[in-house]
Amino acid sequence: MLEIHDLHARIAKQADGREILRGIDLRVKAGEVHAIMGPNGSGKSTLAGVLAGRDSYEVTRGTVRYQGLGGELDLLELSPEERAREGVFLAFQYPVEIPGVSNLYFLRAALNAIRKHRGLEELDAADFLRHTRGKMKMLGVDDDLTKRSVNEGFSGGEKKRNEIFQMAVLEPRLAILDETDSGLDIDALKTVAQGVNAMRSPERATIVVTHYQRLLNYIVPDFVHVLYNGRIVRSGGKQLALELEEKGYGWLEEAVSAGV
Amino acid sequence: MSVTAIPATGGAYRAAFEAAARAQRGPGWLGTARRAAFERFLELGFPTPKHEEWRHTNVAVIARGEFTPAPPPDAAAEAAAEKFLAGSPFAALGGARLVFLDGRYAARFSTPGALGAGVRAGSLGAALAAGDAIGEALTREAPWSELAFVALNTALFDDGAVIEIGRGQVLPEPVHVLYLATAAAAQYLQPRTLILAGRDSQASVIEAYASLGEQGVFTNAVTEIVAEENAALEHARLQQENLASYHVSATFARAGRTARVALHALTFGGALTRNDVTAVLDGEGAEVLLNGLYIAGGRQHIDNHTVLDHAQPLGTSREFYKGILDGQASTAFRGRIVVRPDAQHTDAIQSDKNLLLSADAVASSDPQLEIRADDVRCTHGATFGQIDAEALFYLQSRGIGAEAARRLLTFAFASDVLARLRCAPLRRALERELFHRWTGLEGDGEA
Ligand SMILES: Nc1ncnc2c1ncn2[C@@H]1O[C@H](COP(=O)(O)OP(=O)(O)O)[C@@H](O)[C@H]1O
Ligand SMILES: [Mg+2]
Repeated sequence: MLEIHDLHARIAKQADGREILRGIDLRVKAGEVHAIMGPNGSGKSTLAGVLAGRDSYEVTRGTVRYQGLGGELDLLELSPEERAREGVFLAFQYPVEIPGVSNLYFLRAALNAIRKHRGLEELDAADFLRHTRGKMKMLGVDDDLTKRSVNEGFSGGEKKRNEIFQMAVLEPRLAILDETDSGLDIDALKTVAQGVNAMRSPERATIVVTHYQRLLNYIVPDFVHVLYNGRIVRSGGKQLALELEEKGYGWLEEAVSAGV
Repeated sequence: MSVTAIPATGGAYRAAFEAAARAQRGPGWLGTARRAAFERFLELGFPTPKHEEWRHTNVAVIARGEFTPAPPPDAAAEAAAEKFLAGSPFAALGGARLVFLDGRYAARFSTPGALGAGVRAGSLGAALAAGDAIGEALTREAPWSELAFVALNTALFDDGAVIEIGRGQVLPEPVHVLYLATAAAAQYLQPRTLILAGRDSQASVIEAYASLGEQGVFTNAVTEIVAEENAALEHARLQQENLASYHVSATFARAGRTARVALHALTFGGALTRNDVTAVLDGEGAEVLLNGLYIAGGRQHIDNHTVLDHAQPLGTSREFYKGILDGQASTAFRGRIVVRPDAQHTDAIQSDKNLLLSADAVASSDPQLEIRADDVRCTHGATFGQIDAEALFYLQSRGIGAEAARRLLTFAFASDVLARLRCAPLRRALERELFHRWTGLEGDGEA
């Protein structure tokens, strides 16, 4: 579904700036859950942002192939909205507050843009409510939250929950969750994990970016990758997460500089 | 006269004034005031951009034009009014409706309705002609001796709305005053509005301006508002004239002890618009809200000048203006806050925020604080910005196209100004109108 090859990226508008991603290789197949772990500043959000099309990054080398609805696509060629319509979803590490745009209107506009792209009929307000009602319930999102402006005045937990709610409504094919677990108490974490697990299917792939192993007790990954200083320095099964948790990120530095 | 003024082309105005003076009826003091105002207008002349208060707005097109009074509406004008009133979402926003067609009260289209005893809403011209008591608020609230346009209106107005809400009267629905213009270019309208809200009364008044044709009229409007002790008055001024119109307005409001006055200035139309709003907090604990939205595209120019005059202690003023500029539009905002020595414990907050959708649009913002009391809180701020890149990316990342996302964010920028309108029919009509304008969709962005 996703094939990243030798991906290099830096901050746009900093022509002489250093590279933040320094050669990423990653293959994600439909049905798989990949966890990307790594210390702060290692480039996790940069990778997620590059995949979603954030224009503050500039890709300097490498390719990203993505299996779209109608065949293979060069993901980096597409605008952010085209990627979303082809099924890419990014749950933001820091969801954006948008005063004056109602959450429900926003989400319906998004869903309809995606449906239109796929040749499906657009949903009116009533159909849309029917479509979302069950998902709201599963994720403990109450009516009040959906009527408010997008993320405005939401607590940290409410924002993260709203990201997962959006994911549940938009039903992406490739979901990238950027530290959705950070700042969540254990109950909220379980709810979020439940939302993600409910979406697992042979047609979907998920990339879970996290700083902590804790989330992976609830969303069990097929593969774990360790991102360090712009490169994936270790890949393995779910036990790699436990190893990291035990040893901390400190050993990476030694291991990497020793060329192990 | 000096470099700060262009001499008023006396001829046309003189002839119009003398003709009007012969026809106008009303109390003797008013006739005297009108003549004095007219002579003063000729002395003052029209301001030029060298005049400090007119730095951003050049009224040469008005000063040099040979404007004549708009003639009474003909059958075509009546038909245009009928069509507008039948079809526009802005045709019926309240209970009572007073329609003025080319400056004259149009009884045929007006529905003053059953406002009950103690409330008057009707034609000012008719009230003056009938010798009804109007009170001295007329011309007292709008000082004309240094303001050329106010002097001109005082000299020449012959009709407008008079709304008087008696002591303790609570109006469940807004009074909707509609000034409709069909007149030709080089014609002027001088509407005058007088709103008197008695002690403990509560009301909303909408004062709306719209063009029914393509021609650009010069409207020079003056509105006087008095809210007596503990009155709650909301006044919404809506300017939706066509892009050929020139519109100059001056609104003067006085808030008595613990009165709550909200003055909304919603300016969308006009080639050139200048609004002056002056609110005096003239009793202890008065509260004033100045809430403004100006939307300018093409080559439109909109200039809003406001003065908040804290004359008594414990007053609260909130001023929130927002502008959305596109094309080569230009706007100016000047917000003066005066805190007089007696006005201790004043609490004043002012902000002017501008969203620039085009690199060629120019907005200027100029706060002026004149604080002569020591125990006050007074803050102000102005911003100029583009669409927020992070918000834009967020919407795009959900599948919403870049252009649609930009439009949605533009609507969102205006939404808090609209939310401050307590008058629900107007708020809803504006939400739908602006939502449609930017998104091309029906609805109001709620679900
Ligand atoms: N917009 C930006 N401007 C400047 N530096 C940035 C920007 N975004 C990220 N960086 C830098 O790039 C590195 C990687 O950041 P990020 O991808 O956010 O890491 P992570 O998500 O793993 O914590 C950090 O050193 C960070 O400071
Ligand atoms: Mg991050």
